[in-house]
Amino acid sequence: MIKDTLYVKRKRPTDMLLLAAIYISATLAVALLLGIILYVFVKGIHTVNWAFLTTVTSARKQTTGIAGNLLNTLYIIVITLLIATPIGVGSAIYLNEYAKPGKLVSLIEFTTETLSGIPSIIFGLFGMIFFGETLGFGYSLLTGSFTLTLMVLPLITRNTQEALRTVPDSYRTGALGMGSTKWHMIRTILLPSSMPGIVTGIILALGRIVGESAALLFTAGSDYKLPKFTGAFGDNLAKLAHKAMESGGTLTIELYLQMQKGQYDNAFGIGCVLIVIVLILNLLTKLAANKLRRE
Amino acid sequence: MANSKITVENLNLHYGENHALKNVNMEIADHAITAFIGPSGCGKSTFLRCLNRMNDLVDGCRVEGKVILDGEDIYDKRVDTTLLRKKVGMVFQQPNPFPMSIYDNIAYGPRLHGIKNKKELDEIVERSLQGAAIFEEVKDRLLKSALGLSGGQQQRLCIARALAVSPEVLLMDEPTSALDPISTLKIEELMETLKKKYTVVIVTHNMQQAARVSDDTAFFLVGEVVEKNATSEIFARPRDKRTEDYITGRFG
Amino acid sequence: MNSGTHASVMGNRKNKAVVETVAQIVFTICAFFAVLAVVSITLYMIISGTPAILKVGLKEILFSTEWMPTAAEPKFGILWVILTSIVGTTLAILLGVPIGVLTAVFLAEVAPKTLAAIVKPAVELLAGIPSVIYGLLGIYLLNPLMYQLERLIFRGSTTHQFTGGANLLSAVIVLAIMILPTVINISETSICAVPAGIKSSSLALGASHVQTIFRSILPAAKSGIVTAIVLGVGRAIGEAMAITLVSGSSVNVPLPFNSVRFLTTAIVSEMGYSSGLHRQVLFTIGLVLFVFIMIINVVLNKILKKGADDND
Repeated sequence: MIKDTLYVKRKRPTDMLLLAAIYISATLAVALLLGIILYVFVKGIHTVNWAFLTTVTSARKQTTGIAGNLLNTLYIIVITLLIATPIGVGSAIYLNEYAKPGKLVSLIEFTTETLSGIPSIIFGLFGMIFFGETLGFGYSLLTGSFTLTLMVLPLITRNTQEALRTVPDSYRTGALGMGSTKWHMIRTILLPSSMPGIVTGIILALGRIVGESAALLFTAGSDYKLPKFTGAFGDNLAKLAHKAMESGGTLTIELYLQMQKGQYDNAFGIGCVLIVIVLILNLLTKLAANKLRRE
Repeated sequence: MANSKITVENLNLHYGENHALKNVNMEIADHAITAFIGPSGCGKSTFLRCLNRMNDLVDGCRVEGKVILDGEDIYDKRVDTTLLRKKVGMVFQQPNPFPMSIYDNIAYGPRLHGIKNKKELDEIVERSLQGAAIFEEVKDRLLKSALGLSGGQQQRLCIARALAVSPEVLLMDEPTSALDPISTLKIEELMETLKKKYTVVIVTHNMQQAARVSDDTAFFLVGEVVEKNATSEIFARPRDKRTEDYITGRFG
Repeated sequence: MNSGTHASVMGNRKNKAVVETVAQIVFTICAFFAVLAVVSITLYMIISGTPAILKVGLKEILFSTEWMPTAAEPKFGILWVILTSIVGTTLAILLGVPIGVLTAVFLAEVAPKTLAAIVKPAVELLAGIPSVIYGLLGIYLLNPLMYQLERLIFRGSTTHQFTGGANLLSAVIVLAIMILPTVINISETSICAVPAGIKSSSLALGASHVQTIFRSILPAAKSGIVTAIVLGVGRAIGEAMAITLVSGSSVNVPLPFNSVRFLTTAIVSEMGYSSGLHRQVLFTIGLVLFVFIMIINVVLNKILKKGADDND
């Protein structure tokens, strides 16, 4: 029998083709995605200056400013997180610490999964009819926040659940064994240990909120003015509180409107600001995740 | 040595700065079982992986010397490693069947090398499963997932999978250390059958296994071959004190 | 009763018990929020979408093709709109998933370690880019290019309605790019999670690296890749803002160079100024979209489960 020699390198044409496809795809994808960020940044940076960030668009003065939108975005972030975080963390605690596996838990987890799969425009429609009309909040930052709460709830619940799962059982039995009650144990041992995971969930939710547009278009509206502050502190506080009941367009909404009007300079400027915010949030997520891993 | 299948000349291996294998010279007999023994970290697995160039996949690994298989140095620049690995098969410590059907697991190798005819594949699958003494146990569930088998069965499946490409040498890296005693016994019996058709080289940390199963044994220590001889000689009349110390359990 | 030398184990159980019970109730309520939310959303979508169905007729809405909501005799046929969403999403998936999976293969198996270490975080970052920005670039860069292409292809045509670049193809391209980060990230994670033994076994059998990738690693990563596809589909079919200005504004047969309306863009474009029956039909479109998403979720999850069970 003639022995096959090992001394012959085989060429495989299929391998070459597939390898080429891999390189081409990767180059295309990475170039496109990085290109998008760079393009928006470069195109928008010259519009962004101190005036742009701190004033409000004035037809009279012929200036453009996104201060109002920045404030609106801030409102929505704060209100949404204030509501969603306790509920999300509470859900996770129930699912992980109190509930017994069974139909109830499956139902809750199924609905949480379902919630995270619903597209934002459906949330927008729901928010518009339910919070806006049925509950009577109309076009307001509150309506927008309530709507976004539903959207980011699964994020926070899931991240908190994962964080709770990584806490060793010995912590729990140790605390209970020393005579602590369950709530006390959760408050003093579990929550502090899970903090990095919870924080990661919050930052992810923040990112989602900042980038959201479809759900806000028909709920929070598009107003872009700042409240007129007087000298009186109490007065200003009241104005700030009342603002939540007023309509307000976030950065993304404003970008969309500028796009519609063909005002691309402004649109790219806002885009630039948004990208910087997303970049910072992403870095924060990475830091929080690293802290998690180190513990 | 009667019929040397593999001759190793002055093999040196470096993992980066670490000189892991030092001047290994050895002849491995055809149609026989050669066992590598030695304490953890002595280099026996590393050396085994040189025989099918699996060490090429490790970053920073540098090999000098020759490994001559049937007259050809496998480290020659002209060598196609995929052909080499068809000729020199390997079974790993952890059974790792592909998450596919038993049939597809066995047919994986032949399909790689261009065999598409179903009848031919059917034949190869049955032959390989017979060769690994597992055909009777799985013949009615060939299309079911291989992950449903027990640990011992999965390992025999991996042996069958390696046999399906018709190798001439079979390398086994601690093949039974993850298995229960009964499966271990079955595989040791299998090895007796396998050596009639193939050259078998096994790495084992279990000295009794080496004594039971192998024809020749090489004792490794800190990257060197301390002693290599017929198994009966190594265990009854070890020539080096270090070998004797290891065999009598003074260390390792 | 304190005897002085022993510590009593009878404590103030009443107060502690109250706090405990309250805590438990609060947490339970929180957990049911998700259930409440899904039930409410489903309910409201059905409630607001049904009036138009009753007034106009389900068959008329779903299966007729004329959409003239503001005409003297309004017509509410959304067949083209439904088809556009289906065709558009499918094309976006066909375009984006292969590129995404191959890029994931590149990052996990082919790229030198230092390159992968830089590119992977960059792609993760991109998952957070707001959709409106994709829309911005679409209308600013892609549409003009599309228009040039259109002028080239349909030169001298008397029947083609020129769209200025806003057409199905533009929307598909934007959607495909949008789903790339998701597909890449999840696929890459799945590929890296494939046990090293699979790769070693394949190579030890004489497979080349490329053969190992496509014959053993990718099949082993199948469930993760399917998850990536499911999420990609969800994102594509539900996307509104990124494609509203890029896809055109006419209800049309979903052909590549036609100006088209998706289920999502129809809602976004017209909700602002609609009233009466028109508005109600828009809610029906929302309901149709909702039903679609639910069906896709259930079907794809069944496929996932089946795939996972097969491998056990």
